[in-house]
Amino acid sequence: MITLVKRPTPSRGWAFATPVLAVIATMIAGGALFAALGKDPIAAIKVIFWDPLLGPNAAYFRGQLLVKAGPLILIASGLAVGFRAGIWNIGAEGQYIMGALAGASVALAAYPAESHLLFPAMVIAGALGGWLWGMIPAVLKVFFGTSEILVSLMLVYVAQNFLAYAAFGPLKNPEGFGFPGSRNLQQYASAHNPELIAGTGMHWGVVAAFLAVIAIYVLMQRHILGFRIRVAGEAPRAARFAGVLPARLVMFCLGLSGALAGLAGLFEVAGPNGQITDSFNAGYGFTAIIVAFLGRLNALGILLAGLLMALTYIGGDMAQLMLGLPTAAIQVFQGMLLFFLLGFDLLTHYRFRLGRARA
Amino acid sequence: MDRRSFLKTTAATATLATLGLPARAADPLKIGFIYVGPVGDMGWSYQHDVARRAIEAEYGDKVVTSFIENVPEGPDAERALTQLALEGNQLIFATSFGFMDAAVNVASKFPNVKFEHATGYKRAENLGTYDARFYEGRAIQGTIAGRMTKTNKIGYIGSFPIPEVIQGINAAFIHAKKVNPDVEIKVVWAYTWFDPAKEADAAAALIAEGCDFVLQHTDSTAPQAKAQEAGNVYTFGQASDMEAFKPAPRVASTIDNWAPYYVERTKAMLEGSWTADATWGGIGSGMVKIGEITDAVPAEVKAEAENLIEMIGSGEYHPFTGPLNKQDGSVWLAEGETPDDGQLAGLNFYVEGISAEMPK
Repeated sequence: MITLVKRPTPSRGWAFATPVLAVIATMIAGGALFAALGKDPIAAIKVIFWDPLLGPNAAYFRGQLLVKAGPLILIASGLAVGFRAGIWNIGAEGQYIMGALAGASVALAAYPAESHLLFPAMVIAGALGGWLWGMIPAVLKVFFGTSEILVSLMLVYVAQNFLAYAAFGPLKNPEGFGFPGSRNLQQYASAHNPELIAGTGMHWGVVAAFLAVIAIYVLMQRHILGFRIRVAGEAPRAARFAGVLPARLVMFCLGLSGALAGLAGLFEVAGPNGQITDSFNAGYGFTAIIVAFLGRLNALGILLAGLLMALTYIGGDMAQLMLGLPTAAIQVFQGMLLFFLLGFDLLTHYRFRLGRARA
Repeated sequence: MDRRSFLKTTAATATLATLGLPARAADPLKIGFIYVGPVGDMGWSYQHDVARRAIEAEYGDKVVTSFIENVPEGPDAERALTQLALEGNQLIFATSFGFMDAAVNVASKFPNVKFEHATGYKRAENLGTYDARFYEGRAIQGTIAGRMTKTNKIGYIGSFPIPEVIQGINAAFIHAKKVNPDVEIKVVWAYTWFDPAKEADAAAALIAEGCDFVLQHTDSTAPQAKAQEAGNVYTFGQASDMEAFKPAPRVASTIDNWAPYYVERTKAMLEGSWTADATWGGIGSGMVKIGEITDAVPAEVKAEAENLIEMIGSGEYHPFTGPLNKQDGSVWLAEGETPDDGQLAGLNFYVEGISAEMPK
């Protein structure tokens, strides 16, 4: 008989091996799913994982990989800090929207004036917008003991209504024939967040994502605050004895993740998206939660996880087109990835033992 | 843009353009589609996919069609369109309003690929637009509802306060009022094109207010189900026929019939005569089809509705014919006057007699 025995400390080796195992298991189970749908599983896996990187036209798709991964990495880096401390910000989607709204409002208020100061002002506004939206659950938690999980999640829906209001009301393009949606910031030079080198997909948001990864790595590994965050998450009582103030930690973590999500929204609305519309948010804030866990809440892991997640999106679209796979199958495939990751996590915390369990 | 990045952009565009060159005559014509919803939504995207299959049925192995469904509006749409162009599709249909700027961007990168964008207003050399005069169908619905309503209250589930929807509300009200001066119209905004839960709530609210007709500008069958549950409430199929709810509550329908247009544009591609234009088809060209009027509708009302279909189809009658005043009482159209298409495309006010307030 096989029994599970809890490890005294989580296994470091398995912590690194499980994401890889999860990807392999996803490929196998996903392949079986695709085969059941009557498609060649090897071809499908190749289209999803190989073609966007090295297939024909890969030059274009590699750039798109960065465009898609940028906001995911930026948001996930912020979320991971809070998750390490046991502070659960589930509402990054709302903070992403509010950042974009704040930044775009600054740009649209200045329109059509051209100035080098406009884009930096938008960046600040974007970060502030997300930060403010993150501070609401933080303040409510600190002063009234509410659950930040529920409050931050509910605020996503509030933000979506603000977004619809803005797209149909104050931010609506006056030259848009009455159609909803703001002016396109891609056509407003001072506000545009362009591709920095044509064809690479690299824009300021991707740069910010890389910087965030480095900053979060330094914070968590090298800084006393990072140590406190980790202690607070792993041993809350010990942390309190060590003088960590939980209220401050809540404010810091929700504020930081809110600001980074807001920045992601700003870079997206000023760059690849260009416009405030009622459907502006494409779920980056929620997908980033998966990315944070897939990356083991570790800065470098998040970088890889963000790229992997982006790959499944872009490859998934290609599989739809080239193999006629239904989009639901691709979504199941992405879901499997998280499922297997959480499943294999068992190996990090437990080990198998053959023989009877002792009573 | 500095010179260096200009050169790089030009080089990249040139490479992309070469890849998008028309294939040799012997190769089948590749046609691509992007849909905003799943093909199984039984409404908007489903009807576009029906039309895609009509192209295949018409031209067989002379064409190869492919599609990407559930494409979010924004950068994902731009990537999906680029991908279709890179795959060698020579005619690409972007089938949602929100794909507009993406279509403009991609069309400028692939000058040799032809693009068609549904319901938009931005065009280019290789980017045409097409749309249907859904308000013509609303005139028929208004007539039937005006004649049949017992409570004199007609409900309308609006999606978004944009010209297309406002045209529909006005057309339905004008024609209901014409046959029944006591009629009122109540509007609930769902702020979605497809969300069964929200649509069901909106329908329930309208029914609770005493509406015995519920018109919907959203695509799911949830309002139909709510009406069926309530009993004595009637509806019209939207986008697709929604024949599952025949003979009541669904007493007729407005069907988006893109097939003739898609087949015609494919033919133009095969003959090399495609040019970008702005098509706005209605009952006359077959783009708007009225589904079967069931026996739940009294025979004389049915005859009246069929006569109206005939008159609109032949161009003898325009659903917006003056005298018509705006909601604030000022004159919109004088006796016998009809609006031009530009005016309709930007319509942003209700006609006189509608008491609902336009959301700002």
